[in-house]
Order: sequence, then C-alpha cells, then structure tokens
Amino acid sequence: MNSSALIHALVDGVLTGSVYALMATGLTLVFGVMDIINLAQGILVILGAYLSYTLSVHFGVDLFVGLLITIPTLFVVGIVIERLFVARLKGPERTAMSILVTYAISLVIEGILNEVYSINQVQLQAWYVNRSFPIFGIYLPYIYLLGFILAAALLGSLYYMLYRTRFGASIRASLSDQTAAALVGIDTKRVATICFGIGVAVTAAGGMIYGATNAFNASSSYDLISRLLTIIVLGGMGSLGGALVAGILMVMLQDIVAVVWSPIWSSMSFFVVLVIVLSLRPQGLFGKQSARVA
Amino acid sequence: MKLRQSAWWALGLVIFALFPVVVTNPFYTTIGIFTVIYMGCATSWNMFSGYSGYVSLGTAIFYGCGAYTMALVSIHGHIPGGAEQFWVVPLGGLVAMAIAVPLGAVALRVRRHTFVVITIAFFFVFQLAAINANFTGGPAGLSLELIPWQGDAYNTPFYYVALAILVFSVVLSALVRRSRFGLQLLAIRDDEDRALGLGVKVKAVKLTGYTMSAFVVGMAGALYAMFLGQIYPQFVFDPVFDVTIALMAFLGGFGTLLGPLVGGLILESSQQWLTANYSNGSLYLILFGALFLIVVLFMPQGIVVKVKEVWSKRTSTGSDATQAPLATLGSESL
Repeated sequence: MNSSALIHALVDGVLTGSVYALMATGLTLVFGVMDIINLAQGILVILGAYLSYTLSVHFGVDLFVGLLITIPTLFVVGIVIERLFVARLKGPERTAMSILVTYAISLVIEGILNEVYSINQVQLQAWYVNRSFPIFGIYLPYIYLLGFILAAALLGSLYYMLYRTRFGASIRASLSDQTAAALVGIDTKRVATICFGIGVAVTAAGGMIYGATNAFNASSSYDLISRLLTIIVLGGMGSLGGALVAGILMVMLQDIVAVVWSPIWSSMSFFVVLVIVLSLRPQGLFGKQSARVA
Repeated sequence: MKLRQSAWWALGLVIFALFPVVVTNPFYTTIGIFTVIYMGCATSWNMFSGYSGYVSLGTAIFYGCGAYTMALVSIHGHIPGGAEQFWVVPLGGLVAMAIAVPLGAVALRVRRHTFVVITIAFFFVFQLAAINANFTGGPAGLSLELIPWQGDAYNTPFYYVALAILVFSVVLSALVRRSRFGLQLLAIRDDEDRALGLGVKVKAVKLTGYTMSAFVVGMAGALYAMFLGQIYPQFVFDPVFDVTIALMAFLGGFGTLLGPLVGGLILESSQQWLTANYSNGSLYLILFGALFLIVVLFMPQGIVVKVKEVWSKRTSTGSDATQAPLATLGSESL
C-alpha cells in the first residue's frame, strides 16, 4: 500500500465522512429523542439532491445558494411527516411500527421521484464539482472541501444549538429521559416535532453534497439508508458524537480496504466491522448501557 | 367453540387445496404459489418476531441461503430437473437454520431497536457476498436444469409443496404458541428483564426461536429457486422481501396466528396482481406505500384484531369493548 493511497483514505475519510456524519446525526437525533427509526432518511437525502438538481438545472441557482430554499423545504417536509404519521404511533410496538411507516413513506417518495425524474442517474454539476485542488500530494474536487466545510458548519451550529441554548437543553433532556423531561415542564411533543424537522432538514445539505459527489437515482436510497443505519448503530444509537466518529471511520475503512484488498469488498468491510464491534460491545462505541429497556 | 374454530381452519385448508383444481390458468396459479410461499414465510417470521417482539429485517438472508442451497446442490450434485429436486427443499431449510445460529448469537446480544438495525446490516453482508463471491455465480446468478413439465402441470406440484410448507409453518406456529416455550417468548416481548428475573433462559429461548423461524423461510427460498430455475443475488437477497414479510405480519396482526396469513394473502396476491397488470413500477410503489400507510394509521393492531373488535362489539352488548388491544393480541383464541 503506497502512502498516497493512505493519505487519500484519511483525507476522504474526514471530508466525506463528515457529510455522512451530518446525515446520520439527523437519524440518531430522531431516534434518541423519539425512539423512532426513520427509514425514510435515505430517500429524503435523495429528495434533497433532486431539489438541488431542479434548482440548478431549471432555475440556474447555485448549489450552495439553493440550500437556502431546500433546507427550509425539507424542514417543513419533516414536520408534516411527523405530524401526519409518526406522531400517531403509540403503544409498545411504536419503534417497530415507525420502521414500517417510514418505509412506506419512502416507497411513496421513491415512486414519485421515479415518475418525476425517471430512473436515469444524474449528478449535480458546478464548477467546483469538476475542478480539483491539491492536498498532501493528491487531487480532490473542490466540492469535497466545500462539502466538508458545510457539514462542519452545520454540525457546529447543531451542537451549539444543543449545548448552548435553552431549546437545546430541552432536546437533551428529552434525549436522556422522556418522562422526566415532561415532568419538569418540557413540551416533549413540540420538541419531538422540531427534532424530526431538524433531522430531516440536514438531508437537504447532505443530499446536495451526495448528489454532487455521486451519480444517483431514487434507488440509491437503499445503499444510503443501510450506511446511515450502520453508522448510528456503530456509534451508539442516540449518540451524536458517536455518529460523527463512526461516519468518518466508515469512509476511511472503505477507502483503505478498496486499496489494500479490492474495491469489491470495500462496502462490505464496514458491515463486518459493525458485527465485530457489536459482538464485543452491544451498545455501540459511544452508546449508553441501558440497565432496563422495555 | 373449539370445534367451530377447527372447522374454520379445515374449511380454509380445503379452499386452498382445491384452488389449483378450480383455477387452472397458469397466470393465477403462479400468483397462488407466491402467495402461499409468502404466507408461510410471514407465519414463520411471526413465530419468532411476533411472539418475542424482536423485529427482524433480515429474513431474506434465510430465503437467499435456501435458494442458493437448492441451486448449488442441484448443479453440483447433478440432480436432474424434476421431482427429485423437492428433496433438496428441506435441506435448504436446514442450511438456513445452520446460518441462523451464529447470526442469532451475535444479533440477539442487543435489545430490540438495535436488533432491527443489525439484522439489516447482516442482510447487506449476505447480499454483497452473494454478488461478489465466485461460487454464487456473482451478479449473473445461477441457472438450474430445466424441469420438463408442460403447461398447467408445471405449476401444480409446486403449489402443493408450497401449501405443505405453509401448513407445516402454521402448525408449528400454533404448537409454539401453546407451549411453555411460546409463553416464554411472549414473556420476553412483555418484559424481558422480568422474564429473566423469573428464570426464563432468555438467551437460549431467543436463539431457539430465531433459528426455528429460519427453517420455513429457507425451504421457501429453495422452492422459489426450483420454481424459477434461475436465481440472481439481488432477487433472492432482496431488501423488499425483508420488509414485505414484516409488513404482512403487521398488516394482519402482529403476534397473532391468523394475522400473518391474512396479511400475506392480501398483500402478496394484490402485489403480484398489480405488478402483472401495471408495468409502471413507480405508480405501483406509490399505491402500495399509500395503502400501507392508511392501514397502519387506521388499524394499527392489524386487520384481524380490528375485525374481531368490530365483530364482538356488534354481537355482544359492548360490555367488553374496554378490553385493551394488546390483551387480545395474547389471547389464545386467535
């Protein structure tokens, strides 16, 4: 293994991994606060990518400027999904039901996207997608760097909101204990709705970068959601820092395996690592060991 | 009451057994075969996931392993295409069980929510392995020897073998439900820590249930491979299969005996019919997703429980209307 491949794996791991971490953070936040597994996250990323595509191709809006429209749009989409479907789930099987409901939602969105955009793969275009910059002796398209900056900025503001604001405190309270949070007067329903909105809104940014670095169509969502799920399980479900570490780890590992062994097995390597980690540490890398889970 | 119930089950069996006699059009008997296969798989899935509350979304692993067992054994064992291949079907189930043991040993270390996600991860490991390995034929899949049966006669044997698997699955599920072992699974669903405290060997019970439920699915996969004569990794290890099986159980009634049968019957027959009649795949996705959303939102406990509720309200004076839905889930009469 030559050193430039290792550098590529490390750089790509940090740059692309942070984007995955952003998308996974939305998922883990929703799970932590609401005990809801949102299987529609993958297709919502693709929806975000297609929205950016429409804005840039038909209206000539720059991809990053377009986020000013797509992020609020997906925030609203998230709120609507939560109010219409997710909030109605009650009872002991609601986590399992949430998987099925969000899967049904993703089927509907997938069908609509196939109708509107056809199943031919597209990729987002801009000057920074096609031009590259040198870093540690390797070349990467500018979009990787810009995507990293965007993901870091969004993750940073998300963390700021969570750890420095009053609303963030109520989210963290709901994360650690729903009932106790409700008892001290936090409107947990409102927190849940907004969390779901935020969790979905990050897919607009994630989707734009994903769409600029990969050719995609609606069925790319299956690959995405499986990666995002393994990231949040590896990091520990409900752990925000865990999602960040696991996201970066996933991309690095895949790049290294692709070089050392074969690109064919690279996507599988992460699942294998997940299985190994979980057999040693069932709660994931940073998960809380819960004494009693109903 | 007991007698009347047995009569209903017998009537259902007779209707299913007479289906290919009455309907000979291969188009409909093919739908029948798939419907019966899926009903069997959903019942078997429910026998573990429904009773224990551990929702598995990796069912296609067993289906795929069964299918590859049939293909590989038929090809390398030089079994001529025909009735002899049916002997490989139970072998497919056994291979699936053998694979379920290590998978379950790892996946069942975690609690429910994480278990769901791990089964998805396992599923992708298997799918990627089937696509990339050499002995599986890679993305091109494997072809079995042609079976020299003609016309309508081709489907009939498959239908009856599928029906036999379904009956086996239902009987097994009913026996488990009435046994001490089944009660232990239900206890785990209600409160795993308390069950452990009361002396249920939680780990062993879960692993046994998980492994048992793989058997029928493996057999179904083997039958599928034989029926189509050609398998591709992306179709036998299909994420849609994982979710469809779970959907069927939830649609009919999670954790009930009748639920997965009703869910499988409705879902698979309509799915086959829709795909055959509407070549437009995306329209079908929208319809299917929307239908499912409606059902989940309006009858979250499943069709069987909902119908039973409405029925008992109409027949009785409504005094037992306060009965909690989960209490009915556990009731023996279902």
